[in-house]
Amino acid sequence: MTKPYPAITPETEFFWTSGKEGKLCFQRCTACESFVHPPQPRCPACLAETLEIIAVSGRATVATYTVNMHQWHPDFPAPYTIAIVEIDDAPGVRLTTRIVNCDPAEVTFGMPVSAVFEQQGPAYLPLFEPVHS
Amino acid sequence: MDKFENSVRITGIGQSHIGRRLGRSPVGLAVDACLAAMEDAGLDRSEIDGLSSHPGPLTLDGYSGAGIADVERVLRVKPRWFNSGHEFSGQSGALVQAMMAVASGLARHVIVFRCTWESTAQQREAASRSEGSGSSAIAGEFQWSIPFGAFSAANWIGLYANLHMKRYGTTREQLGAIAINARANAAHNPSAIYRDPITMDDYLSARMISTPFGLYDCDVPCDGAVAFIVSAAETARDMRRPAVRVEAVGTRLVEPWTWDNGALDQLVLARGAAQSLWERTDLKPADVDVAELYDGFTFNCLSWLELLGFCPIGEGGRFVEGGRRIALDGELPLNTHGGQLSGGRLQGYTFLHEACVQLRGEGGGRQVSNAQVAVVSTGGGAPGGAILLARD
Repeated sequence: MTKPYPAITPETEFFWTSGKEGKLCFQRCTACESFVHPPQPRCPACLAETLEIIAVSGRATVATYTVNMHQWHPDFPAPYTIAIVEIDDAPGVRLTTRIVNCDPAEVTFGMPVSAVFEQQGPAYLPLFEPVHS
Repeated sequence: MDKFENSVRITGIGQSHIGRRLGRSPVGLAVDACLAAMEDAGLDRSEIDGLSSHPGPLTLDGYSGAGIADVERVLRVKPRWFNSGHEFSGQSGALVQAMMAVASGLARHVIVFRCTWESTAQQREAASRSEGSGSSAIAGEFQWSIPFGAFSAANWIGLYANLHMKRYGTTREQLGAIAINARANAAHNPSAIYRDPITMDDYLSARMISTPFGLYDCDVPCDGAVAFIVSAAETARDMRRPAVRVEAVGTRLVEPWTWDNGALDQLVLARGAAQSLWERTDLKPADVDVAELYDGFTFNCLSWLELLGFCPIGEGGRFVEGGRRIALDGELPLNTHGGQLSGGRLQGYTFLHEACVQLRGEGGGRQVSNAQVAVVSTGGGAPGGAILLARD
């Protein structure tokens, strides 16, 4: 049994594989500059079809989190912290992710974090670690 | 208001045996529930002309125990109209579909059913997992959560509950009041799975699943089925049992259909259903005599109380605190059958069933006195739905 990984499609390939080069990428509408995630064929804000793919800094903020205490999968030993993060330079974009390199007891609301990538199957998952100032 | 809800009634209700690891054919459970509902209404299969169900064909993970095809191969009602699916406003959306089919004249008596066999399926899956199998590629909306280790709705909804606690000061003891109330009510429900009372100490000392949820914040996977008969209003007076009237349905979807783009301190995809319910009726939350609100987790129920307007946003914890207000003899009796927390996860359908039981005055030891109006909610996360039912 292996870790689950996203089933990559032509539409999502850029998101799931850009982490190989250490980059976090999202769609952005060239007409209204809205960021779009998950990837869509048109911009939900203005319905333009012209969506470009751009790399962001990878900096984000913990919007909320939960410490998972139950082992659902043999390769995911508990405890670990699941969070929803808001991407600092992609307004409106959130990711559900895991906080790594941080004791679950140390995670806080509003904590600044930064993307690190972990290969899982064919995908490079954006996980987030605390920003050490 | 001239509305389609006026032209339909719920004329029959039925349940199969509900339990843990029954090891029974799930299609058999679904058919049991359908036959029980037909018997309750006094209809035979020649009079049934529609079938509706959530979420679709039988699945090996147990989420669905039977679809339309599975049941129709047995019942042979030869429906004039049928549908199933999961892109509905709540699991109860299949009931709304049936109401619209009857109101439009396409069908006269529709069976609506929901079957699950998660308890038996999980037992089998655990056995096959230990043999080294298991799928790994995740498609669709869950590709954004499961690969990261967010395997369970306990994780996805735990995220909202934690933020609610942070923002509004909600406590575990307040969530616990919902679990303890459900168990107290389940003692009066012979078909509930867990019927022994629990204390606040039991609740607080149970093992943690995903903060802030411990074991008793989570509902119980089970096997079982529930069915209803939706009939044209003009047929209701000829039926065996008192009919239940539909006052309003809430079906709107206002947020992006994902798990992480809502308010984050409420159940996602439920606000639209809650608000649109009250736009279809002159009744107000204060007119509700009994509330049967989805409790896949304690927090779902608390969030529905807020979204439906029984208390202001953020006040749900204080509303349920101590449990007096939500008890059987309280101001707003809540989940009178024990909910899914104690009764088993029938994906919202036992809430609908219980609302009908209460409005028919058949609740026995758990009957709320003079119950005239009941509100039901299903789901949230997966889109929510709300329905307001009334004694005919």
